Amino acid sequence: MTDLSAPAPQTAPQTTRPRAQGRGFPVVSVALYALIIGGIIWGAYAGAQSMGYNWQWYRMPQYFYRLTDDGFQWGEIAIGLVKTLQLSTIAFVLATVIGLVVALLRMSGLVVGTAVAIGFLEFIRNMPILVLLYLFYYVLGPVFGFDRFTASILCLAVFHGALISEILRAGIQAVAPGQWEAAKSIGMSTTQAYRYIVLPQSVRFMLPPMTGEVVHLVKSSAIVSVIAVAELTTIGRNIISDTYMSFEVWFTIAAVYMVVTLILSIGVSWLENKYAVDH
Amino acid sequence: MRSDIRAHYDKHKHLLYSQIEDGLARFPMEHRNNIISARNVDKFYGAFQALYDVSLNVAKGERVVICGPSGSGKSTLIRCMNGLEFHNSGIITINGVEVNERSKQLPALRQDIGMVFQQFNLFPHLTILENLTIGPIRVRGVSKVEAEERARNYLERVHIPEQADKYPNQLSGGQQQRVAIARSLCMETQIMLFDEPTSALDPEMINEVLDVMIELADSGMTMVCVTHEMGFARKVADTMIFMEAGRIVETAPPNKFFTAPDSERCRLFLSQILAH
Repeated sequence: MTDLSAPAPQTAPQTTRPRAQGRGFPVVSVALYALIIGGIIWGAYAGAQSMGYNWQWYRMPQYFYRLTDDGFQWGEIAIGLVKTLQLSTIAFVLATVIGLVVALLRMSGLVVGTAVAIGFLEFIRNMPILVLLYLFYYVLGPVFGFDRFTASILCLAVFHGALISEILRAGIQAVAPGQWEAAKSIGMSTTQAYRYIVLPQSVRFMLPPMTGEVVHLVKSSAIVSVIAVAELTTIGRNIISDTYMSFEVWFTIAAVYMVVTLILSIGVSWLENKYAVDH
Repeated sequence: MRSDIRAHYDKHKHLLYSQIEDGLARFPMEHRNNIISARNVDKFYGAFQALYDVSLNVAKGERVVICGPSGSGKSTLIRCMNGLEFHNSGIITINGVEVNERSKQLPALRQDIGMVFQQFNLFPHLTILENLTIGPIRVRGVSKVEAEERARNYLERVHIPEQADKYPNQLSGGQQQRVAIARSLCMETQIMLFDEPTSALDPEMINEVLDVMIELADSGMTMVCVTHEMGFARKVADTMIFMEAGRIVETAPPNKFFTAPDSERCRLFLSQILAH
């Protein structure tokens, strides 16, 4: 009976320890990463040298920005990057809305709702995104009067909405059933239980796979270059057709995509830390 | 517009009356004053029958303790009372309102019925204070200031006013269960249902929860408790119910229940549980 109070204070420091461990500087991973990237660059350089490629890196900066007599001007790649970000952001917001609706339909317990959700999911998931894009641009486009940009956004939103619905569903179902019961027993409606109890708790289950999905979306937005939306990849192709600098341009475009997705990943892992606090 | 409503009423009047008469016929007078009433309730999980023809009445202010071996349907019965599970036949009413799957009034009904779970089920993403105020604010529409005042008041009553700003996982099991009780009380409930509230607790924490429950009983709350704490039952129960295999086997006031129960099974159960 003497140390009844002992277990309670012990629990507090324990919860913070696993997070602190993950924060050390990952020397080995960074070294490995540098080695691989270095290898790829060296391979490309050696290959280019052997075929007598004429490197013209000095011509690249003008595609980011120019300083002319009129003053500062953004270059094509910068404009393309903005377009890609615009496309991805709008598509992601729409995809999340679609995903949430589909996920809720799927879990609604209504026979029709579940059937519609599963039908949508399987239809979209089992179709190449390129075919979906053609469908939106060449079939639905003329019917509903979509321009290239709208068709691209809708295609990306629908495709990723289907994938996101599964992430949301998994996150919602990961919340303990007792939470539903407790929410209902204090008189909450299903909507209130979702909004105040279940969704806030499911965020931490959804964040890691959602990060992957955002990165995937940014990368798959490159596909809309086939219908000539002026985003990053299309800009890259246009520059090459003017200059024939395929090596420099594709390396640069790849680096730009990588910078964007890395920033996203870092941002989300910060968010994850924020939500992962083990209350 | 008014004449429309009148016409609609006249057209469907017979339905209204037939429903009332139907309800009255199914519901004899002596049961209408009961705050909780269950008539001939059956409950199935697939092919397994969890409740057989269970009937039970709880009057306002009455304290009922339900005991019985595990798997006897005690929890199922109590969960049917606030619609966390739905019975398959028979009628359950709370304050005269039927509890069933089709009821649109279920959320409104549950506001008046507090439920305390074996596993506490506090909301881990909210502080203790937020756990207590979210119901009153979001469901009852109480102002934040008033809800917080009420919450601190009830935390005082369950003897943990100093934990208001912590999160559930920072509290011991006994403290969490007392917060869960306070969370229900903050909704100003008329009825409290307890589903084995002390079964998941370490032995040294059981009494702090039982003390709060005894104080609650003394304040005149209508209570239905599923529990094996016979000392508690002796102290607070007006009616003892013994269940086995989905049936109510014995219903008796505590003095008779503990000294001279009618059924042999009940006697055996009590001797097993009280022997140690």
